[in-house]
Amino acid sequence: MAVTFKTETIKEFETIAARYPVRRAALLPALWLAQKEFGWISTDAMVAVADLVGCSPMQVMEVAEFYTMYQKQKPGKYHLQVCQTISCLLSGSEEIKKVIEKKLNLKPGETTPDGKFSYQPVECLAGCHKAPCMQVNDDYHENLTAESMEKLIEELRKK
Amino acid sequence: MANFQPQLTKRFETKDSHTLKVFLETGGYASLKKLFAMTPEQVTEEVKASGLKGRGGAGFPAGMKWSFVPKNTNKPVYLVVNADEGEPGTFTDRYMMYYDPHLLLEGIICTSFAINCHTAYIYVRGEFVEQIKRLESAIKDAKAEGFLGKNIQGSGFDLEVYVHRGAGAYICGEETGLLESLEGKKGQPRIKPPFPAIVGAFGCPTIINNVKTLASVPWIIENGAKAYMAIGTPNSSGTHIFGLSGHVNQTGYWEMPFGLPMMEFIEKYGKGVKGGKLKAVIPGGSSCPVLTAKDCGDLTLTYESMKDHQTMFGTGCAIIMNEHTDMAKVLKNLTHFYRDESCGQCTPCREGSAWEDRLLKKIIAGEGTSKDLDLMLEVADNMEGKTICVFSSALAFPVRSFIKKFPADFEKYLVKNTVAVPEKITTI
Ligand SMILES: Cc1cc2nc3c(=O)[nH]c(=O)nc-3n(C[C@H](O)[C@H](O)[C@H](O)COP(=O)(O)O)c2cc1C
Ligand code: SF4
Ligand code: FES
Repeated sequence: MAVTFKTETIKEFETIAARYPVRRAALLPALWLAQKEFGWISTDAMVAVADLVGCSPMQVMEVAEFYTMYQKQKPGKYHLQVCQTISCLLSGSEEIKKVIEKKLNLKPGETTPDGKFSYQPVECLAGCHKAPCMQVNDDYHENLTAESMEKLIEELRKK
Repeated sequence: MANFQPQLTKRFETKDSHTLKVFLETGGYASLKKLFAMTPEQVTEEVKASGLKGRGGAGFPAGMKWSFVPKNTNKPVYLVVNADEGEPGTFTDRYMMYYDPHLLLEGIICTSFAINCHTAYIYVRGEFVEQIKRLESAIKDAKAEGFLGKNIQGSGFDLEVYVHRGAGAYICGEETGLLESLEGKKGQPRIKPPFPAIVGAFGCPTIINNVKTLASVPWIIENGAKAYMAIGTPNSSGTHIFGLSGHVNQTGYWEMPFGLPMMEFIEKYGKGVKGGKLKAVIPGGSSCPVLTAKDCGDLTLTYESMKDHQTMFGTGCAIIMNEHTDMAKVLKNLTHFYRDESCGQCTPCREGSAWEDRLLKKIIAGEGTSKDLDLMLEVADNMEGKTICVFSSALAFPVRSFIKKFPADFEKYLVKNTVAVPEKITTI
């Protein structure tokens, strides 16, 4: 289903595009705007972004695929992004992953049937001194333990 | 150390340190008066004389880099701030931008003036949503008070600064990958030369510097190169925000002059190794060759001492590992990281990183022979110095150093018979 940007979004995009000497440079910002407005980057959203930026849908797809933060499938209401890199590994990220995988019955890349939680192990979040850490949507959760992780899931379930 | 004055972190503990009001009350933007009384060449010379080295990992002298920008070019010159902070184990640019965004802006103004740039972009990793908010409001406030925009503080110098949000790709921290990403493309590094100082963003001369490199500049302008040189050691002048993660009792970051012994850093600041004796240290982000506890005996937090110990200063954030750490499993974590993050342009890197990861998986599964371990070293040799960017070498270094320095951790997994088990080719 074709999607279209709100008029305000198009206006916001034009302000951003004016910051660069070439319009194509506004492709990453345009994808961010699309993700904000539509929740994720569907093929239809890619077409809308291509229209906005003035490049081909293929070029948009190539870029959207390259960057992990553009969601190519609809994420859950709470997107759990657990760091699995070295400092977090040393401080127990495997245990955190296990809690999520068991409690929510999720494998990496999956979403719960009710659409509430999605789960994705990610690489270093620059929170290494407060490892293990995780982002839930945009928010950092640091110094996690198996207990605090369990508790957080319970809290988010109720919200 | 006794009368050491923090330069980068001095406002971190102050309430509302990120606001223009507090920044100005605590001496912010004071360097600009001096700056505009100098010529751009004088600014570059001062920074050259200060010995300030790039804090992003490679340690290239900042002033020297700036002097590569062609004079009298008819093209615009750009400054691009590397705030991608993706190197595993590294976490201090995050706080620099969060607590003192105006100091970064002040550094951007000084640097832009030196290289005759009127448009600067701050490339911030996509996860740093709070930092982006603070930077954007700092830019807005600075502009309203005449610290950015047209005719800054009546100097006749114009500068616009924009934030560009990344979207999750480690390779965009590599400076030419970052430029591609800024231009709206996949972050695949470019072949050099030409270097960005000649052909960078949008085909124009461009200087790329790390957040802390730039945040160090205002102090140098205000206090002079000589004063900066007097801090730290002759080859590692000034201060830096050092970090500790992994197996220490107190993880965190601290600003101090270069030169502290690594062991003192671990003992005094990290409050000692957690869970046992010290086994290994990765001194400055995951791409640096690993060191044994013994290597660390006379190691200091300086560019030169790291080099003497066949490793790199890198980002200055050390990862500490205790005696119970299984180095094969830690290396497996890194091979996995590099396999996933390779941008895929160069065969030795794309295939090599996946191959290393598969070989190590096989070894840890108890199916590898000593031949596989040798093969890992051979693959590492073939990954180094043969690719578009140094990402590939950044995996070769840990592979070689982990296996050579901690052979027992790998050998314990090897099957003793000499008939090799064929490698399972899997894509995951
Ligand atoms: C794979 C790779 C990743 C890098 N990531 C970063 C990074 O996240 N932040 C950074 O400042 N420099 C990073 N660098 C170093 C930059 O390429 C570049 O040297 C640096 O931004 C230059 O700034 P400086 O001279 O002020 O250090 C990376 C380099 C490579 C090869
Ligand atoms: S070395 Fe690796 S990361 Fe660098 S350009 Fe080549 S494939 Fe990409
Ligand atoms: S290793 Fe997990 S945040 Fe850096």
